[in-house]
Amino acid sequence: MSAHLGLLRRELLLAWRQGGEIGLALGFFVLAVVLFPLGVGPEAEILRRIGAGIIWVAALLAAVLSLDRLFAADHGDGGLDLLALSAMPLEGVVIVKCAAHWVTTGLPVVVLSPFLAMLLNMDTAEMPVLALGLLLGTPALSLLGAIAAALTLGARRPGVLSSLLVLPLYLPVLIFGAGAVEAGVGSTGARAHLLLLGALSLAALPLAPLATAAALRQALD
Amino acid sequence: MLSRLANPARFMRLSGAVLPLLTAAAALVLLIGFYLALFVAPPDYQQGESVRIMFVHVPAAWLALLVYLLVAVASAVALVWRHPLAAIAAQAAAPLGAAFTLVCLVTGSLWGRPMWGTWWVWDARLTSVLVLFFLYLGYIALANAFDDPGRGGRAASMLALVGVVNLPIIKFSVDWWNTLHQAGSVFRIGGPTIDSSMLVPLLIMACGYLLLFSTLLLVRMRTALNERKARALQLATAPAASAPPHASPVPR
Repeated sequence: MSAHLGLLRRELLLAWRQGGEIGLALGFFVLAVVLFPLGVGPEAEILRRIGAGIIWVAALLAAVLSLDRLFAADHGDGGLDLLALSAMPLEGVVIVKCAAHWVTTGLPVVVLSPFLAMLLNMDTAEMPVLALGLLLGTPALSLLGAIAAALTLGARRPGVLSSLLVLPLYLPVLIFGAGAVEAGVGSTGARAHLLLLGALSLAALPLAPLATAAALRQALD
Repeated sequence: MLSRLANPARFMRLSGAVLPLLTAAAALVLLIGFYLALFVAPPDYQQGESVRIMFVHVPAAWLALLVYLLVAVASAVALVWRHPLAAIAAQAAAPLGAAFTLVCLVTGSLWGRPMWGTWWVWDARLTSVLVLFFLYLGYIALANAFDDPGRGGRAASMLALVGVVNLPIIKFSVDWWNTLHQAGSVFRIGGPTIDSSMLVPLLIMACGYLLLFSTLLLVRMRTALNERKARALQLATAPAASAPPHASPVPR
């Protein structure tokens, strides 16, 4: 357990001290959201209706953009081999790395989302649903993304490739996340969507690290 | 059976003998199927002649799912038992499956225009089949993304296994969600609800598709094996050809 906490500390410290990367992903997230009012026109009514979808799409893209941070650097300098040789099970290493990835990309997105919702003229009542949906759904983004990041280790164009692999897998998260806000605040529809989002994350929590660890093992062969 | 086929030479011999028969059968069944579908089957009382798109669309959809299942099973066999032909079969089948998926999407779109009044709707069935198409593309891209083809094959095999979660979603999307796409009418509890005058041509077309797929799969697998053999021969003869006797040993 203390090894896992130590690894988590290391991951977060690395992300913090190389702050440029977190900042880049978040800057990308905010900019992508800001592009939409400029693209579809600044009409408040339209923006309010598509606001949740915009924020979710931007969150997805920000998660994809930061995927290569998960394993590529450690694979490059050999740190991943040491982690694989350590007493920690590789699945545990993957969960810790996903947790660090979520803290540095998912959590800031959740925190920022109410402000962006304000920019997009969304109702104040919708903001908690949006933020709660992001809170429940973004762990699944990090976990599923880890599979793609591990599979493309050492590939010729890992960035483009992992987005091609992972975006189809992200679709359910996007559908239920945007659907929760769409269904209406306080309705049973919103509740059902949020429950499904939570279910996706909970199902990904044990399954995705298994697949990721298997992919890492054959990448390290 | 499987382990006997693991010998590529034996596979080449067997598939070489089976291939002409399979090709002839595929051509014959497809011809009969097209004749029945286009001339014998009655027009629908609501849809008129445009119902004939079904005979191209539905078997393509079945094959799209079936081929993905085959890719996934072959991938599992390749990963677990390192069966040499399984990886080749999976990689040979994937582009065929992508083609069937594309045929399914395009004919569905052409059928949707007169019947639903739109080329495309974002309902669960259509979206999940589109996801299947992207899974195929991702599989093909990943398999070819590495300098070491063995590593690419193993990575793609794992992706294929992850993508299996999409298959039940596609199959049951029309039952779980309220979709514009109709619910299944052939493989359902209580028997097919489609009249035998249309069901028989449909099943014959499905057999034709299956035979066509088997033929193309064998051809592609034989090509892949031949390519591998050619590369091995090239590598074996390369040092002799590329090093002239008086070349300097140190590159300048």
